Amino acid sequence: MNDEVKVRETDTLSIALTGSGGAGVMTAGNLLLEAVARAGYYGLMVRSSGPQIRGGEAAALVRIATRPLDCMADRFDLLIGVDWQNIHRFADEIPLEASSLMIGDPEQGNPPEVFVRRGARSAQVPFKKLSKAIPGSWPNMVMLGVAAALVGLPAESVETVVRKSYKKGGERLAASIAAIQAGYNAAAELPAIPKLAAAKPAAQPRWLITGNQAAGYGALRGGVRFVAAYPITPATEVLEWLSPALTKVGGTLVQAEDELASVNMIIGASFGGVPAMTATAGPGLSLMAEALGLAVAAEVPIVVLDVMRGGPSTGIPAKSEQGDINIALSGLHGDAPHVVVAPNSLADCLAATQWAVHLAESMQVPAIVLSDQYFGQARAVVDRPADMRYIGERAKAVPRSEPYKRYALTDSGLSPMAIPGTPGTAYTADGLEHNERGVPSSQASDHSAQLDKRQRKLTAYPYGDYWAEIEGEGETAVVTFGSCTGPVREAIARAAADGIQARLVSIRLLAPAQPERLAKALEGVKKVLVVEQNHSGQFHRYLRADMEVPGEVKSLRRPGPLPMSAADIYRTLTEWSRP
Amino acid sequence: MSIATATAAPITAQAFKSDCKPVWCPGCGDYSVLSSVTKAFAMLELRPENVAVVSGIGCSSRIPAYTSCYGFHGVHGRALAAATGLKVARPDLTVIAAGGDGDGYSIGGNHFLHACRRNVDMTYVVMDNHVYGMTKGQPSPTTEPDWDSKLSPGGTGLRTFHPLVIALAAGANFIARGFSGDPNGTARLIADAMRNPGFSFVEILSPCVTLRPEQREWKNAVRPAPVGATDDPARAARRLMTDDGFNIGVLYVGSRKPYQPPAAKTLQRLADLEAQFAI
Repeated sequence: MNDEVKVRETDTLSIALTGSGGAGVMTAGNLLLEAVARAGYYGLMVRSSGPQIRGGEAAALVRIATRPLDCMADRFDLLIGVDWQNIHRFADEIPLEASSLMIGDPEQGNPPEVFVRRGARSAQVPFKKLSKAIPGSWPNMVMLGVAAALVGLPAESVETVVRKSYKKGGERLAASIAAIQAGYNAAAELPAIPKLAAAKPAAQPRWLITGNQAAGYGALRGGVRFVAAYPITPATEVLEWLSPALTKVGGTLVQAEDELASVNMIIGASFGGVPAMTATAGPGLSLMAEALGLAVAAEVPIVVLDVMRGGPSTGIPAKSEQGDINIALSGLHGDAPHVVVAPNSLADCLAATQWAVHLAESMQVPAIVLSDQYFGQARAVVDRPADMRYIGERAKAVPRSEPYKRYALTDSGLSPMAIPGTPGTAYTADGLEHNERGVPSSQASDHSAQLDKRQRKLTAYPYGDYWAEIEGEGETAVVTFGSCTGPVREAIARAAADGIQARLVSIRLLAPAQPERLAKALEGVKKVLVVEQNHSGQFHRYLRADMEVPGEVKSLRRPGPLPMSAADIYRTLTEWSRP
Repeated sequence: MSIATATAAPITAQAFKSDCKPVWCPGCGDYSVLSSVTKAFAMLELRPENVAVVSGIGCSSRIPAYTSCYGFHGVHGRALAAATGLKVARPDLTVIAAGGDGDGYSIGGNHFLHACRRNVDMTYVVMDNHVYGMTKGQPSPTTEPDWDSKLSPGGTGLRTFHPLVIALAAGANFIARGFSGDPNGTARLIADAMRNPGFSFVEILSPCVTLRPEQREWKNAVRPAPVGATDDPARAARRLMTDDGFNIGVLYVGSRKPYQPPAAKTLQRLADLEAQFAI
C-alpha cells in the first residue's frame, strides 16, 4: 500500500478500462457496471473506440456513485490498461490528476507519455501472465477483478454477474471466475484509490439500460408497431433491440436496402394506419430529407430517431456531437413544418421518443428525435422512468354521405385521416400540392390554404409542460438541450455551492419553436449562457433566430467528440456571473 | 401476389376508376394500362377500399388518383419502398406499385433489385416508354443508345437496361411483358400476376406518342411469346436474354415462398419487456 496517499471517502469514482479493440475492454466494463448495479450503486458507462472493428483502441469509461448520475466526471481516479496499444489517443478523453492511479501490464512497457506527464501514480499488474496461468481465461477478466477490488465491490456481486453472462457455465465460466479472483489478489498489493461511500438502499426500482434501448422501448410505448431499419453507427442498437421486441408485441421490423427505402417504408406503413419509426444517424438523416418533406405534405405521421455522431460526412461515427440541429430543424425543402424533440437524459430517451410518437400521430406530421452517441451507447443505472400517458392517437376518418376531404381545412388544421380498408373514404395521399380532397393543384389559393393548414396544426397544438426542463432561480440562466443538460446541471450545482444562483432551461421541443414559453422561462434573467456540443453554435443561432433571448447572451460550445464538461461550464458560469 | 377476400357483390372495372381527369396526352398508352389495371381488379372481384395503388413520380406514376382505390403518390423512385412498408404492415390489403421506366429502373433501381429479392406479396406494374416524359424527353435506362435528345445529343451511347433479366436474376417470382395496345390481354397478365404469391413484375410497353412517335409502330412489332411461361430460371434467362423485347405474355413463374416477417406464437404484454432492464 502507498502510505503517502491518505484514503479519503468519496460519493463517486471514475474508472477507465482501456486496451486494443477485441481485448474485451467493453465486456469487462459492462460486467463491472452490472456488478456495481447489483451492489446497490448508480453507474454510468460510456464506450469510446476507434473506427476499427478489431485492433483499434477501445475504452470503457465507468463512473460509479451513490446518487443518480447525469454525466461523466471531468477527471478519472483509475486508469487500467490491459495493454497500451494506441491508448494515447484517449489522452483528452481520460483526464488524470496527480492523485489518479494508472495500472499497466509490465510486459506492455510503460504507460503512454501523455498520461505520465500528468503526474498520476503508477502501478503494475501482469494481466497477461496471470491469465496465462489459468487456462481458458483472458486478461480482461483479471482487469475486471482488479477494478472491482479497488472500487471495493464484494467479490460475490462480480461473480453473480459473470455467472449470469455465461449462462451455459462450463470451463470458460470457471476460468473467468478464477481470473477475476487473481485480479482481486493482485489488487491487495496495489496503492489504494479513494474509498467509495456505502450504497444507499434503492427507494424505487432501478433499471440498467442504454439510451438506444430506452428510445426503442419509448417508441413501442408510444404505439410504434412497424420499423424499417438500415444499419448505421451509433443507431444500430436501437434497431437490433427493436427487432425481437416488435415480434414479441405483434409488430414488424423490415431491414431496408438503404435509408431512402427505410424512410419510405415507414411512410407506407403509416399510410396504412400503423405507427412507424426508423432510427439513423446524420448521413442517413440527410438521405431521408426528401421523404420527410413528403410526410409533411401528405400528412403522414412518422418518427425518425437521429442518434447524432461527429459530422459532416462520415465524420466520427462512434463518437458524439450535437451537429444535426441545422438539418433536423431546417433541412427540408419548401415550407415544411414538422416536430423536433430532444431527450435530455439517457433515461429521457424513453419518454422523449414516446412523446415524439404521440406528437407525430396526433398532428399527422413527421417527428425527428435528436438523441446522440453519448446517450445512445452509454449504459446506466437509472431509477425506473415514470410511466407517461402519451400514446399515439390519430384522428381517423369515418365515412359520411358527402365526399371525403382528406385535407379538409379545419380550425385546428387537423383533418381526420382515412385508413385503407375503410369503405367510402378512399383517397390518394400526395406529395404534390393538393386541394382539400387531395386532388393535385398548383393554384395559389390551394397552396396557401394547405401551407396555412399544415402550419396551424403545429402552432395550435397544446404541448404542455414537457416542452422543456426548467430548474432553479437566478438572474443568470443556462439554456441548453440534449446531452449537454447533465454537465450543465452539475455545473449549476457547483456554482450554487459558491453562492452563485443560475437557472437551467433544457429545451426538449426544438420545433416548432416556443418563443412565448421561453420568454416566460427567462423572465427576469439578465444573462443567458447557451451551451451546446458543436463547432458553429447551431443551437445558439436557432435561439437567436427563432426566439427572443433577453439580456446579455454568451455561447459556450465545443465540437465533439469530447463531452461538454461540467468543469468548463462551471468556470464560464462563475467567471461570467461575477459582477 | 395473392388477393384480399371479396366481401360484397363484384364491382365493375369502370367503378374502379375515379372522376379525376388524367394529365396524360391524347394517345398515351397509360390510358389503356389504367383500363387494364381496373379490369384486373374487377376480374379478381376486389373492393376498392381493400386495394392500395402506390407510385413514385412521372407521367405513369399519376395512376393512383385515377383509381377509386386508396392511393399513394410519393417521391420519385421510392414507390416500391412505400409499397413494401404498406404491405408488410397491412398484409390484409392488396398492394400494387406502379410507375415508369425512369422512376423504376433509374432513380428507383436499387429498390427494384431488393423488392425482387425480398419477394413481398405484391405486384409491380411498369409502364415503359423508354423516355422521361414529364420532364419532356430525356433518355431513360431503357432508351436506345443512339436516341438523340437535348440532354444527350447523338444519344447516350449506353447499353439499355434489361429489366426482365434483372428481375429474374434478383429473384422476382413472376415476370410478364404486356403491351398497352392489348388492354384485355394486359388485364389478364396483371390479374395472373396478382394471383401469384410473392413479388410479381409486369413490364408493359406503353408508347409515348408525344416524345417517341415512332413507338406507334410497336403495335406491329409485338407478338405473343412463342412458348408459354417456364418455372426454370435458367431457361427463362436464356429466353429473356435472346428475345428482342417484343414477346408478350407470362415469361416466368417461380415458386419462392413470399416474404414473411417473423411472428411470435404468443404475444407478450408491452410491460413484460421491462424485465430485461430490471436490476
